[in-house]
Amino acid sequence: MGRVLLVGRLAARDLRRRPATAVLMLLAIVAATTTLTLGLALHGTTSHPYDTTRAATAGPDVVAQATLTRSGAQGPLPVDLAGLDALTHAAGVTASSGPYPYTFAAMTAGGRTVSVMVEGRDQAPAAVDRPDLTAGHWIRPGEVVVERTFADTLGLTVGDTVTLGGKSYRVAGIAVTAAIPPYPSVCWLGCYFGPGVPSGNLPGLIWATRSTARSLAIRTEPLSYLLNLRLANPAAATAFADTYNTTHRAPNAPSLMSWQAISDQDGLLVANEQRILSTASWLLGLLAVASVAVLVGGRMTEQTRRVGLLKAVGSTPKLVAAVLLAEHLAVALVAAAIGLFAGWLIAPLLASPGAGLVGAAGTPPVGLSAVGLVIAVALGVAVVATFVPAIRAARMSTVAALADVVPPPKRRGWLIALSARLPAPLLLGLRLMARRPRRAVLSVVSIAIAATGIVAVQVVHASIDQGIGNSSVLDNPQNNRLGQVMLVLSVALVLLAAVNAILIMWATVLDARHAAALARALGATPQQVTAGLSAAQVLPATLGALLGIPCGWGLVEAVRNGNNLAAPPAWWLIATVLGTVAAVAVITALPAWLGASHPAAEVLGSELA
Amino acid sequence: MTDAGGSPVLRTRGLRKDFGKGEGLVRAVDEVDLDVAPAETVAVMGPSGCGKSTLLHILGGLERPSAGEVMLAGSRLDQMGERALARLRRTAVGFVFQAFHLIDELTARENVELPALLAGRSPRAARRRATELLDRVGLADRAKFLPAALSGGQRQRVAIARALSNDPLVVLADEPTGNLDSAATLDVLRLFDSLRSTGQTLVIVTHDPRIAATSDRLISMRDGAFTGETRLTGSARGARGGLGALAGLEG
Repeated sequence: MGRVLLVGRLAARDLRRRPATAVLMLLAIVAATTTLTLGLALHGTTSHPYDTTRAATAGPDVVAQATLTRSGAQGPLPVDLAGLDALTHAAGVTASSGPYPYTFAAMTAGGRTVSVMVEGRDQAPAAVDRPDLTAGHWIRPGEVVVERTFADTLGLTVGDTVTLGGKSYRVAGIAVTAAIPPYPSVCWLGCYFGPGVPSGNLPGLIWATRSTARSLAIRTEPLSYLLNLRLANPAAATAFADTYNTTHRAPNAPSLMSWQAISDQDGLLVANEQRILSTASWLLGLLAVASVAVLVGGRMTEQTRRVGLLKAVGSTPKLVAAVLLAEHLAVALVAAAIGLFAGWLIAPLLASPGAGLVGAAGTPPVGLSAVGLVIAVALGVAVVATFVPAIRAARMSTVAALADVVPPPKRRGWLIALSARLPAPLLLGLRLMARRPRRAVLSVVSIAIAATGIVAVQVVHASIDQGIGNSSVLDNPQNNRLGQVMLVLSVALVLLAAVNAILIMWATVLDARHAAALARALGATPQQVTAGLSAAQVLPATLGALLGIPCGWGLVEAVRNGNNLAAPPAWWLIATVLGTVAAVAVITALPAWLGASHPAAEVLGSELA
Repeated sequence: MTDAGGSPVLRTRGLRKDFGKGEGLVRAVDEVDLDVAPAETVAVMGPSGCGKSTLLHILGGLERPSAGEVMLAGSRLDQMGERALARLRRTAVGFVFQAFHLIDELTARENVELPALLAGRSPRAARRRATELLDRVGLADRAKFLPAALSGGQRQRVAIARALSNDPLVVLADEPTGNLDSAATLDVLRLFDSLRSTGQTLVIVTHDPRIAATSDRLISMRDGAFTGETRLTGSARGARGGLGALAGLEG
């Protein structure tokens, strides 16, 4: 008990003595734990709003779709309306609505012409799928109702006028449905843009009268049909749809979608966010390991004499290691708590399913398993980063520790020989880098992680840009939200990597004080020494930035959800590498200059003393 | 390398260096006038803390004076920018420190090569010069040894070889034997004596009278000021020249 108290007291005192280091360590781990909490909290958050919407709209359990098939062996096959009719009498089906005709058409609103899916509906409410009006009233002749996400994107409100097939229609209402995924996912059902229908945007959903839908189909496309089914056992909807789809293989046979599949599609926005956040949390976790390792390494250099004193008064190596671990585990626990709380606070902002559903996701629950995982990651970061220094401190000879002996730098003969052929700044930089290879590796890893994140974002953006209808006619709310999340995460990655670069630079400056002073005594200019110190950071940063390109691609490839990937333009990648190197050069310039401008006589003289 | 005109290689007038302010002000160097002729060996002697090292740092352009003039080969050091001072240290000054200040991870030859590489010489020329200098200081067979594998005397000889790498006008030695035992001290002094005989200008700061006795001129320093000067003739340095004064060491 006494020993535990002693460990706790020593750890607490040391933390209080160096608050800046403790705060930096805390921030690094908090960044990782907050992101991880967000990723875990978003899991499954959309099911609640979908359920609410389904209940409010008398949503179907299964949606059947029948379209004209152009690929039949004997030419185009007609829409299988008989198949749809048979479905209404199928076993397990208790109610239905439709079939409702639909087609794709060009719609002009507010000076913009976009493609829309027009579903022809009756004026009377249906038994299954009654779109919930959030504004205005249901359709009448000469009027349309617009799906809410699409209306928001276009800026349409009740009373506005839109043009379809050369005729004007009044927007009678704004509504949501659980039968069709909202904009921009309408094409999940399948899209065909006929002549005159712009393909520059993903279509939105509007409801019009059946006659309006028919009139538009004459000019553009033959009609397709949607049938909404209610089952006796809604939970069996997936099995019902799968069985039907596998047993009805005719090219023009209706295609069935269960409400669970539609719910998943509706939750794609948050699911994508969750996947990105989870991936980013691991990247941030790795960066946090690098940050903490640098901080602990720097701290160990300062604490050598303290370790010697502890040992001299009878501490065992185990106790020395325990004090170090206790300090960092305490910081990690606090960081885990802050991360859990911050993640829980921020999650509702990201959990909103969008305007396509009614009902809010609310504050996502952070379960016990999530809490456990976040704490485990925080402690893991601290243990991984502290383990080697703690063991080294425990094993250090008491006499050497009391004499504050700095471990001799490593000799890399080939690097020294290579550097002799380089200009003075690179000669100094390469040799400084070679002195502490582990630190150089940390530097490479840290920059590589940030570059990986940036390149991954670029690949995602390029892939989105390449997707259908992603030219700039309309905003894509899903992509906008993902873009915002990725931007925030990229900034977090870059900031943490920048902090790492400064920490590593500062550790290098402290470590290279003697070498830098000596170089100046031997005739190197302060500029050459500054450039040398910067080069010691820029060289590994260049390697890290280059590694980030394949790693970023690999990362997206590993976590993609069946989507096709597109390579970002070469200039984006080149700009990433050059920008990273330039950023590292800039942020390390000040510590390097401070290190180089320290009076050489003072350093050489103090070492003499 | 010597100054062709015979005028002083090093010259100071009214040199002063203060540290601190107000009541905490310490005058490390106080109105020092010094002329060092080409090929001359000057020893500055005094107790610890009298300002010897500070003077040496100012003479080598490592530290700036608070007042006064410092001229090296006709150029005013006290008015030079950092870049020009660095160039001067590269080409005209060689430093030898009490603590050797060798770079641990570099071999003896790589340490000696360093000033030449910093001066922009080709790796081949730097290596050739380092090999030649290590041979001259008697360490050709230790060229590939790391400093940790060398004795104190050997390390200081490597440091002297490094100081000579760019053929400097003047070698400034700060307590060059302060960390050495008698045998190693003798080795180093032999080396300085051979440098003197080849016309190398030397300024040695020391508090060891036996080292000072090997110089052409001995300057005493106390509380930052010169307090006396003695020109040592051949006989004063002993019948066997400079090393005659080292009889005590040899014994």
